[in-house]
Amino acid sequence: MEEFVYDSVYLSSDDFREGRVLFEMWEPNARYAWDAGVAISRYLQGLKAAKLIGRSCPDCSRVLVPPRMFCESCFYPTDKWVTLRDTGTVLTFSRCYITWDLIQLEEPQMPAVIEIDGASSGMGIMHMLGEVDPEALAIGMRVRAVWKPPDERSGSITDIAYFRPLEE
Amino acid sequence: MIRDVAIVGAGWSGFRSVTPELSHKELMYDAAVRAYEDAGIDPRRDVDTFVTVGEDYHEGISIFDEYVPDQLGAVQRPVQSIAGEGIQGLASAVMQILTGRFDIAVVEGHSKASNIMTLPHVLAFAMDPVFNRPLAVHPYAIAGMEMLRYLSETATTPEECAAVVAKNRSNALFNPLAGYGASISIDDVLIAEPIAEPLSRLECAGHSDGSVVFVLAAGESARVLSDHPIWIRGIGWANDTFWLESRPWGDARYARAAGEMAFRTAGIRSPSKEIDFAEVDDTFAYKELQHLEALGFCSWGTAGEWTLEGGTALGGEFPVNPSGGALGEGHLLDATGLARVLEVVLQLRGQAGQRQIDAAEVGLAFGWRGVPTTAGAAVVLSN
Ligand SMILES: [Zn+2]
Repeated sequence: MEEFVYDSVYLSSDDFREGRVLFEMWEPNARYAWDAGVAISRYLQGLKAAKLIGRSCPDCSRVLVPPRMFCESCFYPTDKWVTLRDTGTVLTFSRCYITWDLIQLEEPQMPAVIEIDGASSGMGIMHMLGEVDPEALAIGMRVRAVWKPPDERSGSITDIAYFRPLEE
Repeated sequence: MIRDVAIVGAGWSGFRSVTPELSHKELMYDAAVRAYEDAGIDPRRDVDTFVTVGEDYHEGISIFDEYVPDQLGAVQRPVQSIAGEGIQGLASAVMQILTGRFDIAVVEGHSKASNIMTLPHVLAFAMDPVFNRPLAVHPYAIAGMEMLRYLSETATTPEECAAVVAKNRSNALFNPLAGYGASISIDDVLIAEPIAEPLSRLECAGHSDGSVVFVLAAGESARVLSDHPIWIRGIGWANDTFWLESRPWGDARYARAAGEMAFRTAGIRSPSKEIDFAEVDDTFAYKELQHLEALGFCSWGTAGEWTLEGGTALGGEFPVNPSGGALGEGHLLDATGLARVLEVVLQLRGQAGQRQIDAAEVGLAFGWRGVPTTAGAAVVLSN
């Protein structure tokens, strides 16, 4: 196949910085304040009090966490708040060597989905693992939430610092 | 159309300027439950396909369609999200039924406008980044410029535009759903502070949160499900050129094209004779007049006079926006056109309460995607 090679140069970031090329640059000013609603509000209040709260579906009897006001499987309104334990089982995990803003890491972050004790099978919350040798991670590992001190908790998923292995 | 398609279920929630008690998912769930109850269906069993309209910048989340299925009962089912006006979403659902592959479709649109802290900035981000945005003009100035050009090309007066506001907000007083009902005079509108001359503050619709859900069914299914299906006779949509530099400022050509497409599919030759009432976009008061003319309900430049004389009032010869329109219900972002459709459905079913139009048999709903767009969609519905 014939190859076309154009007489061209690549633009460098210096070309933009020093104004050697013409360009328009915009950053969106898009800010939001979401109404948390019933389920998320109660969940965040629970986190502030160092409690994990779920919600049960009367139709399929599953306990859903994070809580929601309807069951996506049955399309039925959930009807009961359930306080769950802050222990669980690693459902899946990764050793991640880049941060979300693309900074390379020597020591990996360890995001995991943790099936929470008291919630239905397959119902987990996504969080981070800590105080554990990355090489020791395994599916099925038993873990417990490490809560931030009360005065540092703000009603956020980060009120849990991370989950660490449970000594049983 | 090659298959009959009807609306057999309608649900809504919100329609208030703030809805702090519900998340957007809970708001949608609320509307969906009502629509499914209305249609007498179980979405997990009966619905073949789901369509949602929305826009990532309005949701505040990218690829927002991921967040749609749960609250509609659409998990593990065909789901399509489109960034468009609500009636474009309705058109998409209708087309899916027309393929013959689907019998029952659901369409949903929603607004959490109160959650967008920088709504004017988000709107301004829709302006062309090279030619228009650097001028740092509020997008409502586009409406001001369009209104001026429309007034000057048609000899429509500011009083006639203000009459739209007085009518629609008064109609909203009879609509329990509407949050902006008010008894205000034409003078009140004219002396309100200008937003972008000649457009006054009271001529711009406020915003509302809310969700609208419809259940659509193909002919036989519709007759089985509902004693009173509302038939979709024709649907059409169109965009004009985007250029602010050279768009037709006086004439809403997109509305003309969308209407012609809808009338052609509906087999309607004379809209003003064959249609009994309309819900048309009135995001800005003059838009109602411009849209009525472009859709052919009156001749060019006469909608203002017609409105001032009461021809489009609730008891008039051709009621327009009996619900109160966007001026009376609030602008529901991408769901605004579906709110127009909702009122047509309620009117045709005879469920419009104090604002019920006598002998409403055929109605039109028309939605516009707002400034700075030239996107419109029309649907003709009948008993
Ligand atoms: Zn369930």
